[in-house]
Amino acid sequence: MTVIDRTERSDRAADAAPLLRVSGVRKSYATPQGALAVLKGVDLTLAAGESLALLGESGSGKSTLLHLIGGLDDADAGEIVLDGVRVTGMPDAERAALRREKIGIVFQQFNLVPSLTVADNLAFQARIAGRFDAAWQDELMRRLGLAALAGRYPEQLSGGQQQRVAIGRALAVKPRLLLADEPTGNLDAATGDEVLGLALDLIRRTGCGFLMVTHSTRLAARLDRQVMLASGVLVTP
Amino acid sequence: MRQAYWIFATLLSHWRRHPLNLATLMVGLAIATALWSGVQALNQQARASYDRAAAVFGEAGLASIVSARGAFVAQDAYVALRRAGWKVSPVLEGSVRIGAASYRLIGVEPLTVPRGSPVSGLATGGELEAFLRAPGQTLAAPETLGELGVAEGATPSTDKGKALPPLVRDGTVAPGLLVVDIGAAQDILGRPGQLSRLIVDGDAAQPDAAALAAVAGDALRLEAAAEGGDLARLTDSFHLNLTAFGLLAFIVGLFIVHASIGLAFEQRLGTLRTMRAVGVPLRLLMAALVAEMVLAALLAGAVGMVCGYFIAAALLPDVAASLDGLYGAHVSGQLAIAPRWWASGLGMALAGALAASALSLAKVARLPVLSVAKPLAWREAQQVQLRRQGAFAVFCLVVALLAYVAGHGLIAGFVVIAGVLLGAALLLPLALSGLLSAGEGTAKQALAQWFWADTRQQLSGLSLALMALLLALSANVGVGTMVEGFRKTFTGWLDERLNAEIYFDAASAADGARIAAWLARQPQVSAVLPVWRAETRIKGWPVDVYGTRDHATYRVHFSLLSELPGAWDKVRDGEGVLVSEQLARRMGLGLGSTLAIPTGDAVWEAPVVGLYPDYGNPKGQVRVNVDHLVRHWPDARRTSYSLRTAPEQAEALIGTMQAQFGASLARVVDQASLKAASTRIFEKTFAVTGALNTLTLVVSGIALFASLLALTGLRLAQLAPVWALGVPRRRLADLEIGKLLVLAAITAVLAVPLGLVLAWCLVAIVNVQAFGWRLPFHVFPLQWVVILALALVTALLAAVIPVARLGRTAPQDLLRVFANER
Ligand SMILES: Nc1ncnc2c1ncn2[C@@H]1O[C@H](COP(=O)(O)OP(=O)(O)O)[C@@H](O)[C@H]1O
Ligand SMILES: [Mg+2]
Repeated sequence: MTVIDRTERSDRAADAAPLLRVSGVRKSYATPQGALAVLKGVDLTLAAGESLALLGESGSGKSTLLHLIGGLDDADAGEIVLDGVRVTGMPDAERAALRREKIGIVFQQFNLVPSLTVADNLAFQARIAGRFDAAWQDELMRRLGLAALAGRYPEQLSGGQQQRVAIGRALAVKPRLLLADEPTGNLDAATGDEVLGLALDLIRRTGCGFLMVTHSTRLAARLDRQVMLASGVLVTP
Repeated sequence: MRQAYWIFATLLSHWRRHPLNLATLMVGLAIATALWSGVQALNQQARASYDRAAAVFGEAGLASIVSARGAFVAQDAYVALRRAGWKVSPVLEGSVRIGAASYRLIGVEPLTVPRGSPVSGLATGGELEAFLRAPGQTLAAPETLGELGVAEGATPSTDKGKALPPLVRDGTVAPGLLVVDIGAAQDILGRPGQLSRLIVDGDAAQPDAAALAAVAGDALRLEAAAEGGDLARLTDSFHLNLTAFGLLAFIVGLFIVHASIGLAFEQRLGTLRTMRAVGVPLRLLMAALVAEMVLAALLAGAVGMVCGYFIAAALLPDVAASLDGLYGAHVSGQLAIAPRWWASGLGMALAGALAASALSLAKVARLPVLSVAKPLAWREAQQVQLRRQGAFAVFCLVVALLAYVAGHGLIAGFVVIAGVLLGAALLLPLALSGLLSAGEGTAKQALAQWFWADTRQQLSGLSLALMALLLALSANVGVGTMVEGFRKTFTGWLDERLNAEIYFDAASAADGARIAAWLARQPQVSAVLPVWRAETRIKGWPVDVYGTRDHATYRVHFSLLSELPGAWDKVRDGEGVLVSEQLARRMGLGLGSTLAIPTGDAVWEAPVVGLYPDYGNPKGQVRVNVDHLVRHWPDARRTSYSLRTAPEQAEALIGTMQAQFGASLARVVDQASLKAASTRIFEKTFAVTGALNTLTLVVSGIALFASLLALTGLRLAQLAPVWALGVPRRRLADLEIGKLLVLAAITAVLAVPLGLVLAWCLVAIVNVQAFGWRLPFHVFPLQWVVILALALVTALLAAVIPVARLGRTAPQDLLRVFANER
């Protein structure tokens, strides 16, 4: 609750400030072979309503960066500020609140709850954030082509359909920032194009920022900006 | 609140999709609770009966005056005390047999009985007259009348041929208790002029020892209010054994719960991570998981309690019969449940569920939101786990050893058993892993190699269930060995002990003398041997003193555990006594030590010249020469005799005796029926043990089933590649069954030595502590074969459904393993 108060105040104050500011972020993992430095000083900004593609080779640290921005993990150094709130160094409970209220995440593996129906999966985050909006839920179900599948369980869906549920779940909460980690990685090219088109359309309606990790330069080109992660820092491709 | 609701609902949605998992969880909890609470219901029922019996005068909290030296207070002492202005009331207690059951008979004096006791109500009503005036009344609980199968006003006779005053229904009297006027009691129990004790009225000024000495000299002693009384004390160990069994079954049940919860945790890992990723606070998630367990525990616990009630009701007749046979304790056959029982049963279910889920909950608490790369391959991870477990096992065994060396008492005995069982169970996976890798070494074929390696990998998933199986099997071997050993020893001992052909009780001492004299004149009777008896207490423990004649019947057949040279001569000359094993253990007596036996009005300092086994007797026993018995106890009961004759003439002789003496002959039995009666009592006890034993095995079978079910889902990923490489599903299913049979067989083989250790603990530690006698240790290899077969059948039954499922898995499901490679 405290998070909401603080951020709503800063909302008004920070009209000019970017939605997301990442500065000097470093992260390394402990491995049996010693410390593995993955991010070595990443700087990035993203405005509200802007979409950004994050490219990079496999193992370059794209997911790591996305996880740090999403508050799933903490950086070793540097600062991440989302919507005027400092994400880095936040205690766990506050980070959980931030995730459910301000951020939508779409994972490559979909990560749906297998025991919930499509409709319940889609509504899940919005419900626990106390922000369930029946009209918005209906619209998402319809636009994502899931209306006829509402009572099914994830295991009864194809990969493309599951990915649409995951996107719907992230958007149902009307996040300030939508993060997607290779959302089309498991889909064929045509389905990938279609799902991304849908997502972009819906994102425009909510006015949130969008950060997408992808391998595909073709898909990246459909976004406003593109950056590339190489040797632990961001470069313009 | 909304948030909490959705989190909880999402967690619960898992169970809807996995009903079998839910079923094993609930069944596990219900069974554990049922067995535990069933045993507790039996214990409570029995204790409530003892308490009601002991509290019949509101005696709790009332001091009493007893004889300082003998077992009885003379009536004169009572009169003297009353004259001196003491507010005391006389009581005479004893037990009588009516038909097949024994009852406690209490004689009271209604005019002086302290207020607050049930019979004190008589003094105000008009019933007082009826109670006092001939033929008097016998007050008894409605249950007792029901059991006797008589209506009010009936006058059933005891086995000594004494008729009770007319029965009157009285709801305040404990079941199994008969309350009569003190005069009537003295007549029925054959103790004229004698009292068990004098109750001191709680309302009056409390006397002190000095005041008592001033009136009665040193003949009487003041005794503080006793707790529970003899019955509670004598039966304590019986109930402790029942409790131990209930606890074992409870723990085996918790293995099922643990396996089901572990499975649910594994299956929900992704969901839990996703929930955390989209912002569910950890604390709420934990609270929801705990709430889920509490809900399951309460629901399944309540079902378990109901089942426990029925288990208790089914076992109650046998338990009541063995308590009656062993201790003369009367337990009401109508199961009455106290509210406390519900509370404690549900509490146990809750505690058990939380204990079984502790590990999974701790894992959730430490669950990283992002899945991290596994630091170790499964084989190494398993090795680390096994090593840790091994260390804890060694710790348990060391605790057991310490308890054995340094501890004493029944509790220490159970600590030894618990330590050995737990230590051995924890070592099981280590042993299995070793044996399986040895098997892997010998395998030549690729499929055989895969068989051994894969069995070993499955071990961590199955080990809990296998441990439960090991515990159940070894409990079977252990208890079976003890019971069989007892049966063998007991039968042999009965043969020696009951070597006379006929036993009889006369209605009175005079009748006895007359019948004995007549028998001595019969040519077919070779000996008429008195078996006279006096009762006393040594350090508060009830002890029977038997007087017998010096005769070959005893010298040759009555086997002693140990004796001084010329023991029988010393007994004959009154220079020594024989002491039962349990009395010797309890009083710390050895050969040559002196036993102070309180007689009617003095103390007999008698040297112990021999020790003999007295299996199953909760009281102490001393054997002396009959002449010395009557010298020390002029009031000894002189009504029992045994007689020697040719076995084939026994039946005819009994007929002649009955015709000749009629009512003067209170009871006459031949050797065979007496043996049968004695054996029957023990069969009842072992029927209870056997039933609990079987239930425990069934529970462990369910545990195995639950774990297998848990594994089949996870097994798919391991089986799919083998299937893809060209092993048909049928073959895979056969191999799965084979694996389980191998594991069960090894477990059963290991259960045998563990069971023998357990049996030894029961025989050499627990039995000695609980009952005061030690059994010789026998082994019964045929039992082991049965156990092995049981283990295999259990494993086969547990495997059938899960493996059949696997065999029927559609190729597309097997293929999905490759599609969703994670
Ligand atoms: N939890 C972890 N522990 C150790 N190393 C990790 C962990 N997560 C990622 N890595 C390593 O960090 C590097 C970057 O990983 P990741 O961010 O997943 O790359 P990308 O998403 O760009 O493919 C990889 O070399 C990976 O092996
Ligand atoms: Mg990645």
